[in-house]
Amino acid sequence: MNAPEISEKLRSKFGDAILEVKAEALSDPFVKIKPGMLSEISLYLRTDGDLQFDFLMCLSGIDHGKNILGVVYNLYSMTKRHKITIKVELPAEKPEVGSVALIWPSAGWHEREAYDLFGIVFTGHPDLRRILLPEDYPGHPLRKDFKVPEFYGGMKVPY
Amino acid sequence: MPRLNDGALRTTTGRILRREEMAINMGPQHPSTHGVLRLELVLDGEIVVDVIPHIGYLHRCFEKHAEAMNNYQQVIPYCDRLDYISSMNMDWAYVIAVEKLLGIKVPERVEYIRVIMAELQRIASHLIAIGTYGLDVGAFTPFLYCFRDREGILDLFEMTCGARLLYNYIWVGGLAFDLPAGFIDKAKAFCEYFRPNIKELNDLLTYNEIFVKRTAHVGILPADVAIAYGCSGPMLRGSGVDFDLRRDDPYSIYDRFDWTVQVGKGEVGTLGDCWDRYMVRVREMEQSLNIIEQALRQIPAGDVFSAIPKRIRPNPGDVYARSEAPRGEMGFYIVSDGSATPYRVKARSPSFVNLSVLPEISRGYMIADVVAIAGSVDIVLGEVDR
Amino acid sequence: MGLLDKTFNDGNVVVTTLDTVLNWARLSSLYQMHFGLACCAIEMMAASASHYDFDRFGVMPRASPRQADLIIVSGTVTLKMASRIKTLYDQMSEPRYVLSMGSCANCGGPYWEHGYHVLKGVDRIIPVDVYVPGCPPRPEALMEGVIKLQEKIRKETLVKKNP
Repeated sequence: MNAPEISEKLRSKFGDAILEVKAEALSDPFVKIKPGMLSEISLYLRTDGDLQFDFLMCLSGIDHGKNILGVVYNLYSMTKRHKITIKVELPAEKPEVGSVALIWPSAGWHEREAYDLFGIVFTGHPDLRRILLPEDYPGHPLRKDFKVPEFYGGMKVPY
Repeated sequence: MPRLNDGALRTTTGRILRREEMAINMGPQHPSTHGVLRLELVLDGEIVVDVIPHIGYLHRCFEKHAEAMNNYQQVIPYCDRLDYISSMNMDWAYVIAVEKLLGIKVPERVEYIRVIMAELQRIASHLIAIGTYGLDVGAFTPFLYCFRDREGILDLFEMTCGARLLYNYIWVGGLAFDLPAGFIDKAKAFCEYFRPNIKELNDLLTYNEIFVKRTAHVGILPADVAIAYGCSGPMLRGSGVDFDLRRDDPYSIYDRFDWTVQVGKGEVGTLGDCWDRYMVRVREMEQSLNIIEQALRQIPAGDVFSAIPKRIRPNPGDVYARSEAPRGEMGFYIVSDGSATPYRVKARSPSFVNLSVLPEISRGYMIADVVAIAGSVDIVLGEVDR
Repeated sequence: MGLLDKTFNDGNVVVTTLDTVLNWARLSSLYQMHFGLACCAIEMMAASASHYDFDRFGVMPRASPRQADLIIVSGTVTLKMASRIKTLYDQMSEPRYVLSMGSCANCGGPYWEHGYHVLKGVDRIIPVDVYVPGCPPRPEALMEGVIKLQEKIRKETLVKKNP
């Protein structure tokens, strides 16, 4: 199935949870969904007979600016050999979204990384801790408004 | 280990240890962890009850640097340093994503040279993987043989772009330099020199009884667990899944060559054990030699600089592109906002995802087996931590 | 530098020969601690392999810091790793030497500008004897660094410096 067919199928099943569908020339086609419906839609994507998205290629956090954070899911099906991208957008004051770690176990570490670098909280994640940075590191570095701390643990950080 | 007021011993994840268990550290400085990886082992005597990997000791802020560079070409030296053992493949994965975003097609000669460099790099990377794996389980000699053969490949790279380890050679739209005079003959001579050495390696290490005893039936990874955890590359193929991005999600001209995807078959142990993953790597080296020899015969003349854009300013949008690095699927998710600087570059590295399956496949084995399993996952901390 | 360091007030014949012998023994058998952090570690391994052979200088890798006298900091030092490097350096017994290999260990390397988790040079936490530039330095460059360290050791003395 190609991307327009997949988004049609999602739209027919979930209706208004699908916020936006886009397929431009040089970009990847994507489907933007409401954050609250993420777990249901993910389970459907994984288990439906025509879709069978069993391989989560990549999960990235992103800071869109203007106080909006986002999460992007790139999915692939090993059996059907098709791809789709799912996007959600979250407010920066309270960036919470359901975790897909129980649906695709490879998301476990990807979500920990998004939590570490952006501060996005994945509710229902079995073990949400910082993964790359030390536990007491101040701030979330990949946000656009991050300031490098002057000292950490007695060591001077900037050059 | 943190001890809270109730006096119970806990691991860093908060699990309370039973009376017969103890939690010890392996790393971050350890001769066998392939870099700065810290494994917290929960042990019942010698048997491993749980493994908790701690990473981040080499987090070098690649994604922040990519957002701060002046243009897309300047990110490539940082891509080199992700998986520093297979830099050509890292560069190529990033460049594929940018070229997809720009919609440019490179000349034929550039495609052939990229394939030759990537396959030479694959052989070099697998030689290190095999050599250090032998070192982990106690065989010192194959390490020296592998590094001796690797010097031949590094000579070829040094001839082309001047560097031995981190090349900055594959650029958006083309290459940094064309092949120098004499490269093709020297590469053909290397292929003839190296092919019998694979048999020598098999005699030394692969079918050695002690090595087989250490690696067969150890660290069994079932195929469905591998797919669920997102494993790729030799980890996935060692479990019997016939999937290779070069053939199944094509990004270059691999369909013009006659080669086969190597899959583990459970020959000396169980399907999906450490020996299978190791053997997939050894056989892949031979297939890479086949590809290189055919590419050297078929390579056309042409200009390698003609498609390099003067200004790289993609339209706003985002793209995810992946390629088959020696350790698995290397993907880059690039978001462009229309300016000359990337807005967001996420590097999806194979070792990061492959390492997350380590707790699943190490339970119930002994400490020495954990070393063998971690070696067979073949991680490079530069790309785990980025 | 050990029990005998700087104990004698003036040099005499006995001390000169003792100096030469002790220094020669120390520089000819610099056991290095297994300490590869990043890309430079691969060039360090290549230097220990058969093409560039480190063993002919007496440099051998040892796993435990108690048995090593040289630590080659090869690769980027991050803030998370820095406290562990300090612990390992403290655990080494004297005489101990530090060789900073590569751009990242010298001064932060290519990550100097935007690295929020990179320590800009290992000399911010431990004292360094020799710096080897390069990204990564060739194995021959690393050997030149070790030879320079050997020259430095050759000049060491048990005699106290005059105040």
